[in-house]
Amino acid sequence: MPPDVIAADTAPATLLKAPTGIDGFDNITLGGLPAGRPSLVCGAAGCGKTLFAMTFLVNGANRYGEPGVFMSFEERAEDLAANVASLGYDLDGLVADGKLAIDHVHVERSEIEESGEYDLEGLFVRLGFAADSIGAKRVVLDTIETLFSGFTDPMLLRAELRRLFGWIKERGLTAVITGERGEGQLTRQGLEEYVSDCVVLLDNRVADQITTRRLRVVKYRGSAHGTNEYPFLIDGDGISVLPVTSSGLNRPASSEVVSSGVPGLDAMLRSGGLYRGSSILLSGVAGTGKTTIASHFADAACRRGERCLFFVFEESAQEICRNAESVGLDLPGWVKAGLLRFEAARPSLYGLEMHLARMHRDLDRFQPDVVVMDPISAFRGPDTEVHATLLRMMDLLKSRGITGLFTSLRNDGALQEGGDQGLSSLMDAWIRLQDLEADGERNRTLYLIKARGMSHSNQVREYRITDAGVELIEPYVGPEGVLTGSARLSQAAREQAAMTRRHQEAQRRRRELARKRDALERRMQEMRAALEAEEDEANLLLTQDDVHEAVLADDRTAVASLRGAAE
Amino acid sequence: MTGLEPLPERAPGGDPDPGHYHLRLYVAGQTSKSLKALANLKRFCEEHLAGRYEIEVIDLLENPRLAAGDQVLAIPTLVRKLPAPLKRIIGDLSNTEKVLVGLDIRPRAAPV
Repeated sequence: MPPDVIAADTAPATLLKAPTGIDGFDNITLGGLPAGRPSLVCGAAGCGKTLFAMTFLVNGANRYGEPGVFMSFEERAEDLAANVASLGYDLDGLVADGKLAIDHVHVERSEIEESGEYDLEGLFVRLGFAADSIGAKRVVLDTIETLFSGFTDPMLLRAELRRLFGWIKERGLTAVITGERGEGQLTRQGLEEYVSDCVVLLDNRVADQITTRRLRVVKYRGSAHGTNEYPFLIDGDGISVLPVTSSGLNRPASSEVVSSGVPGLDAMLRSGGLYRGSSILLSGVAGTGKTTIASHFADAACRRGERCLFFVFEESAQEICRNAESVGLDLPGWVKAGLLRFEAARPSLYGLEMHLARMHRDLDRFQPDVVVMDPISAFRGPDTEVHATLLRMMDLLKSRGITGLFTSLRNDGALQEGGDQGLSSLMDAWIRLQDLEADGERNRTLYLIKARGMSHSNQVREYRITDAGVELIEPYVGPEGVLTGSARLSQAAREQAAMTRRHQEAQRRRRELARKRDALERRMQEMRAALEAEEDEANLLLTQDDVHEAVLADDRTAVASLRGAAE
Repeated sequence: MTGLEPLPERAPGGDPDPGHYHLRLYVAGQTSKSLKALANLKRFCEEHLAGRYEIEVIDLLENPRLAAGDQVLAIPTLVRKLPAPLKRIIGDLSNTEKVLVGLDIRPRAAPV
């Protein structure tokens, strides 16, 4: 049970309690009704008083070994048995086993003439006899106020009732006395004056054509108790009271990361997924694939071997399964494996409180690790109430460390927008799905508005829903902005072409350069060859000059010597 | 209401056993109210039904299981078993007029 209920095991030892076995009620009252004392259960017609009382007895007999007497002032034993048979209560069997005694007290004013003084000793005798015959520890008087229509002297009746309740206490019987809600007071005849130990008020309010049952412990002498109005359910499993209130902001924060089920989305988060136990809002207009992404989320949880509870408010479980199959998810398989459970109910079926209460019960029973609610925008009602309900729902999940995915249909209407924002501040992560309409087509994009406690991509990513699931596409972010769909494709094609062109141009230039280099090198070779030829020529001439010089010098020497000899 | 009852009762002309009264008085112990009721009843019967009545006193403290049978709540309760229909009068029967009406007693020398 959530921590908002004052820890049940700290019930004071001084006051013994008789557990009712009604889910939740024993938590609120820290153990049940005061043992050995009368308690008053009051409420208007159709509030479930008789059922409450009967459940108290049947559970007493079946679970706690405390036989009980049901003294009915209204319904006959046969009718009572028939009424509760649908809940699986076998009254006849219990009576046969000596665990239950039913005494129908028929009071008909017209059949009784009063003459002189009397008392209600007969009632005491009957009750005492029935209690003794089975060793009863519990007693129900339903509805003792009927006596007031049967006898003329209310003063005497009051005195007798006071005596009766005293007598019940004396005998140590745990009693439930039911009373019809009266004007300005809890019961028509003011029974609360006499039964002062414990008063439980049942209520059945209709708001906007939706009925919500509520229960409140008005007083409980000598014991702490939950003081709020708690919604309660009457269904095939009997009564369950749901202690749902806003819990304190005191809960563990897990840093474990779980996958969202969409790899591309995980990749947008630095940690590679979302924190366990966080609340995630997935908002988007119609047809953006909220439920599909939610299905992925559920599928991923089941893949990890976790339990997932999927609340659907607009579709049936079968529809979700079929639709998920089209993107390659086998949800029915997980249902069969016991890891996935769908709870489908129209939002208008109950009031907000009751939805909350029902979910509370479902959470208790299924003990999921992951919860999907699709969509929360289906809840209609005054904004503040819807907000409060969802807040409590999230608190409930968070207090148990359950990862919650809430989808929300965001209209462009102000109400929903406001609802979104009101909630968004409570959410740990917010994924926005959007439709981009351009060039005659509609493309889906997704972006992370926030993800508390982890850095995340700021990109708007396009995604497609394919046979293999939701796929995020590498974003096109270029000089022309972010493009999606065929615009992205054509831009990509254009770029491809441009690149090819650029590539070819470069090649051509490269070839040209090589050609030029070849030509130049060839010319350089020719010139070098010419130079060499000229050098050879020059060298030859120089050599010839040298020889000529030498010859001349020789000649001159020879001439001179000739001349010298002659002188 | 008792004022209306007599008509159909008297109608069956013969009155098979017109005068016989089977009365049952439920008490719980010898309380003053019970004793008073019994005394009142006896006196009353002697006055109006002499010789054609029988009184059965049931003490619920001794036979508690009998209380449910006649839907007894108040003590003392006088039940007229016969003649039909069944009638109940609660209290110590100190108001003779009410008892007369309640038991729907026809004086022997009634109309006819």
